[in-house]
Amino acid sequence: MEIAVAFQAAAFHINGRCIVGPLELDVRRGERLVLLGRSGSGKTTTLRLINALVLPTAGTVLVSGTATTDWDVVRLRRSIGYVIQEVGLFPHFTVAQNVGLVPRLEEWTAERIETRVAELLRLVGLEPHRFATRLPHELSGGQRQRVGLARALAADPPLLLCDEPFGAVDPITRADLQREFRVLTDELDKTVVFVTHDLDEAMLLGDRIAFMEKGALAFLGDTAEFRRTDLEPVRSFREARELS
Amino acid sequence: MSFLEFLVANRGEIWLRTVEHLGLVAISSAVATAAGVPLGIWLTRNERVRTPILGVANVVQTIPSLALFGFLIPLPFIGGIGARTAIVALVLYALLPIIRNTYTGISGVDASVRDAARGMGMTDRQLLRMVELPLAAPVMLTGIRVATVIGVGIATIAAAIGAGGLGVFIFSGVAMVNNNQILAGAVPAALLALLVDGGLHLVEKRLDWRSR
Repeated sequence: MEIAVAFQAAAFHINGRCIVGPLELDVRRGERLVLLGRSGSGKTTTLRLINALVLPTAGTVLVSGTATTDWDVVRLRRSIGYVIQEVGLFPHFTVAQNVGLVPRLEEWTAERIETRVAELLRLVGLEPHRFATRLPHELSGGQRQRVGLARALAADPPLLLCDEPFGAVDPITRADLQREFRVLTDELDKTVVFVTHDLDEAMLLGDRIAFMEKGALAFLGDTAEFRRTDLEPVRSFREARELS
Repeated sequence: MSFLEFLVANRGEIWLRTVEHLGLVAISSAVATAAGVPLGIWLTRNERVRTPILGVANVVQTIPSLALFGFLIPLPFIGGIGARTAIVALVLYALLPIIRNTYTGISGVDASVRDAARGMGMTDRQLLRMVELPLAAPVMLTGIRVATVIGVGIATIAAAIGAGGLGVFIFSGVAMVNNNQILAGAVPAALLALLVDGGLHLVEKRLDWRSR
């Protein structure tokens, strides 16, 4: 089994305070791993350790076998798709410019970028001729999320990092997006690390679930195991969800 | 003699002084922009220098303009009588709004946009050129516009140290208690300020991605 990302005693401190770790965690090639936990449990920081937006203050994070501290961070990040909750679409770029950004940074030809952008927009369910020239503020929340996903997939990265990408849309749109995301990442055979605090989303999307509590990994296993486990922080998280 | 008759009789000199005036303001605003924009960018990259630099620029702004012109006269190289000294003073006044608005514009870029840009593998330079500067452009241009309009007003005082401009009419008018002369300096200066304000406002609008 190939390992895409490996956390080896990786930890992150700010001013002597431990935010995450020390973590031992392997992300397998081709799986969808969900990082689940409450706000402030260290999920997002764990995700950002992978694309070197933060560097470990102790231990190592290996991406494709190389420590993030040894990677050229620009190369590393361009080989990883990144989708965040607020989407972070560039407001002054059209949809096509947003989606084609990484190809443009990688100096693809204009023709190749255009073909790729059209292909990706269709892939995420947006008609290229209707949407390519729009600006982000002319889109609905769900459409923006689709563009964000298309942008992350643009250079066909083997690894996708998603930080609550469907958090800011209405429940019905969210369910659509989740279903499509599941099908898409299966078809494209991506390795996905997906951060969420939503139990249902984790169950729907996760092949495995890594449950985080106070910066530490409290549970790691597949969804069936997660449903069965009596481990304390997991049980109270599940019950809190059932009560609400 | 009525004011209109005065204008007609002196149109040659009024035109000359207006061009002089515009020259002082254009050169000093250009220099202040060339210095202030990089300084403002530097402040966003280096939070520690922000307070001292903005502080100094603030203090300069509070020096009465006539006094600042006076202080500069005895200084070697940048001082003396004439246009050069006036330009130095005008640059000093123009710096604050330009530095401050560059800093404010860039720090106002949405954190998620910056995060996405970095996460997608933009270098620092690409982030600045492709994302931060275009998004900050309207705010930065407001700074340049404010600085330039202030410059049009302050440049009238440059005549006191022999730099020419529309202030020449105002100073001699005050000395000779001649309202026509004062107005012949003040009215064109005010029109110039309005013109510059309106013109730069148009540029600002064109550079704003929201208006496309």
